[in-house]
Amino acid sequence: MQVSINVNGTDYNAEVEPRHLLVRFLREDLRLTGTHWGCDTSNCGTCVVLLDGEPVKSCTVLAAMASGHSVRTVEGLEGPDGLDPVQQGFMEEHGLQCGFCTPGMMLTARALLDRNHDPSEEQIREAISGQLCRCTGYLNIVRAVRWAAEHQARAQTESPSQSETAGV
Amino acid sequence: MQVPASFDYRRAESVDDALALLERYGDGARVIAGGHSLLPMMKLRLARPEYLVDINDLTELDYLRLDGDRLRIGALTRHRKLLESEVVEHFFPIFTDAERVIADPPVRNRGTIGGSLCQADPSEDLSAVCSALAAEVVIRGRGGERVVPVHEFYRGPYETAVGVGEMLVEVRIPVRHRAGSAYEKVERKAGDWAVAAAGAALALAQDGRIEVAGIGLAAVGADAVHARAAEELLRGREPSEELFAEAGRRAGDDCEPVADNRGTAEYKRHLAAELTSRALRRAAARAAAGVEAGAGV
Repeated sequence: MQVSINVNGTDYNAEVEPRHLLVRFLREDLRLTGTHWGCDTSNCGTCVVLLDGEPVKSCTVLAAMASGHSVRTVEGLEGPDGLDPVQQGFMEEHGLQCGFCTPGMMLTARALLDRNHDPSEEQIREAISGQLCRCTGYLNIVRAVRWAAEHQARAQTESPSQSETAGV
Repeated sequence: MQVPASFDYRRAESVDDALALLERYGDGARVIAGGHSLLPMMKLRLARPEYLVDINDLTELDYLRLDGDRLRIGALTRHRKLLESEVVEHFFPIFTDAERVIADPPVRNRGTIGGSLCQADPSEDLSAVCSALAAEVVIRGRGGERVVPVHEFYRGPYETAVGVGEMLVEVRIPVRHRAGSAYEKVERKAGDWAVAAAGAALALAQDGRIEVAGIGLAAVGADAVHARAAEELLRGREPSEELFAEAGRRAGDDCEPVADNRGTAEYKRHLAAELTSRALRRAAARAAAGVEAGAGV
């Protein structure tokens, strides 16, 4: 069957079997291997991508079900001005060790910060509760998301004053 | 990598379209909404539909409406919407209690109430919740609609009253006065299925006695989703610690848990009893708080 999926801002049309899973479409057809494939049973959460802006486990979504929708993967986090504050936060706070859970964690963090600019530790822990990390004990991941929240807020409050300065 | 067996996929554009597809493909067809129960079962070949009818575009089934003395919930309403709804939390805190511990946020972004009920897994939380609240479900076919009490909806594990060519379209929950409800679940880890869980819903009469009592259990046997014996004990009685403990014992005695890697049958029976009395205690406290605040009168 024919599917049309917008991934990271680009429309992709492909002929797929109805049983083709979104995680395989991303990894094998588009070669976007930043989305990891783990337990295959929607438990581990390493395959999390954003579907219309919200985290979903792509091992349990058919590519056919994503047709007509937009998907954001870790490859789509970096913007024209550089790394997303979430990516920066994971670097600054050592939010990863082996890196297997990291793409899914960062996308969940992005979706959380899009809805809530100043999440508490508890809210961050709840947001990532469907995703397993076996390296960090979650502590540094929570710190990384807090780092992103703080620096994102700073970037947002700084930018209007910068443009004012530019206007003068 | 686990992949489902081959099937044909159709995306429904309206409820009528979905019903036409379901009728055309007969018992080889399954409705897919969130897919978080069905797709894992298909990967394991525990389910092998020939056709999947995707109803995710049917936004007409995604709603929460307070309509007179009942809350109407569209079958495609996602867990997340139920969890975040203030109306649901106000009238049916049992839902909010349960939604907090159903799977995890990404799964709750996809999973729906209709899918949860139609999956009819004896360990599933919303089945116990709807049982405690004595919900009704609306099943639609090409010939029209029928309304079925949730207690008649379950026909056994993974079997419901939804027939070939039909689909569940709405869940109706009666809004009661002087009411309170609560859900208690023990799970091994965040987002897991229940080791055992119990939901309780109470409505008090003017004199403070229990007028309506509902108890639903999860993960302690397919026939135990509705704890009738415990409910009967409560009706017409004054709420008390002793009464709630006795109701818990009845719920524990009546259920039929099986031993698995989540616990022994004996442990689950103990949980069913203890969680039932805890849920009753919290439901009664919430009903009393509502009466005091004037909200439930």
